[in-house]
Amino acid sequence: MPELDPVLLSRIQFAFTISFHILFPSFTIGLAAWLLVLEALWLKTGQPVYLQLSEQWTKIFAVSFGMGVVSGVVLSYEFGTNWSELSRLGGNVIGPLLSYEVLTAFFLEAGFLGIMLFGHERVPKAVHAFATAMVALGTLISAFWILSANSWMQTPDGQVMGADGVLHVDNWWKVIFNPSFPYRFTHMVAAAYLTTAFIVGGIGAWYIVRDQSVPHGRVMLGMALSLLVWLAPLQVVIGDLSGLNAREYQPAKIAALEAHWDTERGAPLILFAWPDTKTESNKYQIAVPKLGSLVLTHEWDGEIRGLKSFPPEDRPNPIIPFFAFRIMVGVGLIMIALSTIGAVLWLMGRLYTTRWFLKAMMWASPLGFVAVLAGWFTAEVGRQPWVVYGLLRTVDAISPVPGGKVLTSIILFVLVYGIVFGAGVYYIARLVRRGPDETPPLPEEEESDRSRRPMAAAG
Amino acid sequence: MTPDLLPIILPLVWALILALAVFLYVLLGGYDLGLGVLFPLAPTHQDRDAMMGSVSPFWDGNETWLVMGGGGLLAAFPLAYSVMLPALYLPIILMLIGLILRGVAFEFRFKSERYRWIWDLAFTGGSILAALMQGVVIGAFVQGFKVVDNKFVGGTFDWLTPFSVVTALAVVSGYVLLSAGWLIMKGDEALRDWAYDVGRVALIAVTVFIAIFSVWTPLTHPEIAARWFSPGNMVMLSPVPLLTAATVIALWVSLGRRWRYLPFLLAIVIFLMCYTGLAVSLFPYIIPPSVTLWQAAAAPESQLFMLYGAIPILPIILGYTAYSYYVFWDATEHEGYH
Repeated sequence: MPELDPVLLSRIQFAFTISFHILFPSFTIGLAAWLLVLEALWLKTGQPVYLQLSEQWTKIFAVSFGMGVVSGVVLSYEFGTNWSELSRLGGNVIGPLLSYEVLTAFFLEAGFLGIMLFGHERVPKAVHAFATAMVALGTLISAFWILSANSWMQTPDGQVMGADGVLHVDNWWKVIFNPSFPYRFTHMVAAAYLTTAFIVGGIGAWYIVRDQSVPHGRVMLGMALSLLVWLAPLQVVIGDLSGLNAREYQPAKIAALEAHWDTERGAPLILFAWPDTKTESNKYQIAVPKLGSLVLTHEWDGEIRGLKSFPPEDRPNPIIPFFAFRIMVGVGLIMIALSTIGAVLWLMGRLYTTRWFLKAMMWASPLGFVAVLAGWFTAEVGRQPWVVYGLLRTVDAISPVPGGKVLTSIILFVLVYGIVFGAGVYYIARLVRRGPDETPPLPEEEESDRSRRPMAAAG
Repeated sequence: MTPDLLPIILPLVWALILALAVFLYVLLGGYDLGLGVLFPLAPTHQDRDAMMGSVSPFWDGNETWLVMGGGGLLAAFPLAYSVMLPALYLPIILMLIGLILRGVAFEFRFKSERYRWIWDLAFTGGSILAALMQGVVIGAFVQGFKVVDNKFVGGTFDWLTPFSVVTALAVVSGYVLLSAGWLIMKGDEALRDWAYDVGRVALIAVTVFIAIFSVWTPLTHPEIAARWFSPGNMVMLSPVPLLTAATVIALWVSLGRRWRYLPFLLAIVIFLMCYTGLAVSLFPYIIPPSVTLWQAAAAPESQLFMLYGAIPILPIILGYTAYSYYVFWDATEHEGYH
């Protein structure tokens, strides 16, 4: 048997399991907030459309959240099974951050999820709305801590190397609010809201096109667009600030994602190229002169450090960051275009009747997921070869496990996640296709039908 | 408190908090996984629906204690986390796979008609796999880990021994006992009848396993034998086996007299006694047989930072968890998805 590299395999496994996982929080962070708004609107206006949407999407939330939970538990153990040296050397820092996530977010979500999903008839309306609010808050707090821990690994601050050879915390404030955290946290939360808005808006558009549940479709598309029209452009601003921050703290990442090999002033913006690590240059490059410096430094002749200015062992391979970054930005531009067109159509009073736009929104539904994955691949591959930037290399963070074991677990995860993901998407699609239940029976009537079957209504 | 006392006291405090989290997981995750083990044996398919319905609002919260155990171990004792998880690589991965399969079954089962059997299978198979692997982890933990220079240096299958196979079976039977107690509290009359029978069988199995370990562990671990049978300790520690025996008898009687709430409570006491026995046997080692709580502890500033949060937050968590159990107390009786 050829030698299996446990580092590469562990990276593949982590990339696979975390990519799978991040899809669900990206969706449920925004969905929980939307469900809260729907519930508030229903309590305020009493219009059944809000209640019916809230009931339909609560079921979709339940499936997505469940899949997020089970795939998230895996990650909290992979730090030990596959990255034990990271845990040993960085445990003093990231351990407490992850524990605070469990204490302040996971328990909050889990404690109120039951009431949110099954509690409508058991608790007063206000308590139910409170439970929904706590679940929504929990998703945000969870994002706060996990982005704090991840950002600390990208731009570490507030720690010192102890005499015992492991990292110690000198200043918790600096650890939690490390240099890249504010930008990366807002960038991720905005991305989550955009992801949900495109799903909700796209499915609303689909209902209108199909002439099914049209009033609900209009509410969905309208609510989605009223968020998208300002958040999609704002996301570019946040992303730009995040880029400026990375240029200061992680210049090699910027060089990689822009595929700049040589340090230069007035650098071009490379639209397409194939970065060749052997020749340390780009093939097939198409570029706009000077624009790269303007975008990255906000000056026409700003200096951009090239990859060659870093020792080869400190450089990320630019291929994945370069393409992933372009996919993310491209998706972002499509999002802005669609949101703007939608807003114009809305002002002209033709939003709900312009079929080509409704169809475009339909097809754009999954764009948020594409952008989230592309963005994380840019960030995570771009910070290589470091797992804690400048302090701990990925190769030194690995557990003492042989490659064969890691390969075994990868195969298991791929098989199981494939089945679970396939089924989850299938059941969510069915809930979407069925549409909101527009004539909810009175509680007395459903008693016999639904007795002892908590999820029967979804079945 | 003087600063030099902190490094002595903090690891003890965190060991207690983690012990509480793991114990809560063993109880809550225990009855929860036990239901999965019993699932295919239930008399009718209405009973199966009721079993699933009784735990649907809670499984996520129950599992969060396991995440707390893992995350807390990383935070409070990073060395223990970084040595034991690679050593237990395969059982941990298999446990996670089991938890995934049974976890999604809660969401998927009621959504499918034709393929419901697949999710029934996933629920049972996943629960059994997760329970077995948790038992293997306990067995491997008692047997200890080979550590050199703060790293695990043992083999891929060190965890797989006759001892850990028996602990795995013991944990499954213990979880079934808890879950029988749960169903006796929550089920309708027919389901309760069945649960009393299940409880008796499980209690016999649990008693046999406790007896086996009470002999096997001291025979193979002289240091554990010394802990229990040295003259001074023998008297001081005698309440543990005596209380265990008394509880086993009381549980048997309560099952026979068809008491409603006592069986679950007494099953909890049996778990508590076994847990105490384990703690007595292994203290102060967190990576048996060589690394102590203090050697594996995170830096005092890290443990203290977490304690500031944990002390006010843990009671709040217990409060709203209790509220959720109160709201869904009769969840098997009638349930509507809204």
